[in-house]
Amino acid sequence: MPDFNGHAFTTLAKRGLKVAHPELTFATADHSVSTDPRDADPKQLQNPFVIALREGTAQHGITMFDIGEIGHGIVHIITPELGIALPGLTVAIGDSHTTTNGALGALAWGVGQGEIAHILATQTCVVRKPRSMRVTLDGPLPAGTSSKDLILHVIRTAGVSAGNGHAVEYAGSAIRALPMEARFTVCNMSAEWGARYGLIAPDDETFEWLAGRRYAPKGAMWDAAVADWRTLPSPDDATFDTDIRIDVRALGPQVTWGNSLDAVLAIDERVPDPDREPDAARRTAMRAALDYMDLTPGVPIEGLPIDRVFIGSCTNSRLDDLRAAANVIRGQKVHERVRAWVVPGSEQVKRDAEAEGLHEIFRNAGFEWRAPGCSMCLGANGDTVATGQRAISTANRNFVGRQGPGSRTHIASPELAAASAIAGAIADPRKRGALV
Amino acid sequence: MNALVTLDGSAAPLFEADVNTDTIAPLYRESKGGAAKAGERTQDELAHNLFRNRRFDDAGNELPFILNQRPFRNAQFLIGGPNFACGSSRETAATMLAAFGIRCVIAPSIAGIFFDNCFRNGMLPLTLEQGVVEDLARQAANGAAFKLDIASGILTPPQSAPIAFTLPAFRREALLTGADEIAVTLTRSADIAAYRTHVRCERPWEVSL
Repeated sequence: MPDFNGHAFTTLAKRGLKVAHPELTFATADHSVSTDPRDADPKQLQNPFVIALREGTAQHGITMFDIGEIGHGIVHIITPELGIALPGLTVAIGDSHTTTNGALGALAWGVGQGEIAHILATQTCVVRKPRSMRVTLDGPLPAGTSSKDLILHVIRTAGVSAGNGHAVEYAGSAIRALPMEARFTVCNMSAEWGARYGLIAPDDETFEWLAGRRYAPKGAMWDAAVADWRTLPSPDDATFDTDIRIDVRALGPQVTWGNSLDAVLAIDERVPDPDREPDAARRTAMRAALDYMDLTPGVPIEGLPIDRVFIGSCTNSRLDDLRAAANVIRGQKVHERVRAWVVPGSEQVKRDAEAEGLHEIFRNAGFEWRAPGCSMCLGANGDTVATGQRAISTANRNFVGRQGPGSRTHIASPELAAASAIAGAIADPRKRGALV
Repeated sequence: MNALVTLDGSAAPLFEADVNTDTIAPLYRESKGGAAKAGERTQDELAHNLFRNRRFDDAGNELPFILNQRPFRNAQFLIGGPNFACGSSRETAATMLAAFGIRCVIAPSIAGIFFDNCFRNGMLPLTLEQGVVEDLARQAANGAAFKLDIASGILTPPQSAPIAFTLPAFRREALLTGADEIAVTLTRSADIAAYRTHVRCERPWEVSL
């Protein structure tokens, strides 16, 4: 349960209901919390969403990972990090990016607040059986290309509604070769093309990543679990309602230009021309997006000046993401026009990054090193981009007003965001010595 | 929840692709510590904030958005485009539509979380063929009344033939009676307990954290 789910406790209280399985329920405050390390209320004792979550979890005996504790962070970062989500489990969270957990081979889906109350009271959820889809990605990905580029390319290719009504399994050699943390980024973005579930079959990489985590099984129970998890993957001859295949062996860095997640360009492409779009409705939408984003058709996307950089969110705020970004900027300075932030996904990520000295690399370059939370992904906590400013964000949505009224958001990988912070403009991380 | 038995009223045509829940239910971005809890908002406040940034300018003046036009101020239906209500899981997208008076959303495709949230807010989400929805949007343009009857499963447009739809029985019952979904599920507590016992034996790591 993230903080915006706290209202579910009010629903329970009105009906005099108890939480059916508090031992299987966890909470963290992420959407509304301050990420400002100098905030006058660092524990958010005055934040009504956090207060509601603290009171509700305490009353019902639910574990809440509070601000500053190991375990606290963005809900989709901590559920895998703590081993709460496991292969084969059903995981429901009141947030659309719950699909992130599917990278472990869990069946994980986002629900509304009313559903959270139902789950708390009954530990069940009424669902329709989804259609099945397999997306086979033939790799390997080229060096300098990340899993964020991969999923942006998938959404551009398939379209933003292609996943509607589907559970999507990401498969193929490009997926198999991805380290665990990069797989979370792929499944995270499932919601952005309509998929209610996004899955990757668990394998040795999954099991090694999970072993020893706080709530993962231990000893003989772990061995029994792994034996069971090895039976989860779809057989090679499995059939799907929809089966698509995409070759990503020549893929480079990607960045969005418009206000939907299929408005994607490779870094060496130009802003599209609506006059070349045959579909009238799409043409109208493109013109509106070009206007909102203040872009001219035919202009190269690389080199477009930017004001803000946000490295964070449930999509890209894990340790590997921060390492990748730090690699790009090491020893360089953020462009004078740019205000750049790094918001680690969890307290654990923050401490691990600090133990490696990543925070010093960022600070020395001129980045702000902040406290964990959703932050500038949606700006619900006041972390926003000013009207008319252009931002590179490693989050997941580029909708109109997403980062604040009049904000202009380009979604990209941590590597591209980091390179752009240095250049002061949308930049190709491969030209800045990014190592993958 | 509020029961939904019949509707008889205008249908606001908003046939745009990919209208997201950020647009339908904009976030309240109050100063720190001042954010209101969703459950404490009044019906008027919820209705006012529906499509707020498309209905009002920064000074609060009305913009020429469809819901500000006369026949649609009391709309009971909304006719949306493909991938309606994509994006975040925020239930306020459904709550605000219901508070405004819109109890039925018709579109060629509707995002999954919003689709489920509709039922919990006493609303019917209805997906129909794109060509049919485009035709309904045309029929709706002058504010003519559409009729909906949940019991018989019939949508009656102003000009074309009635359209039959089917709902899962429990969804239909819940809409007609305004049933409390939690109470309905709790009548099956014995089945749920039996399943948990089964899991505890077969896959104990799933329930013994």
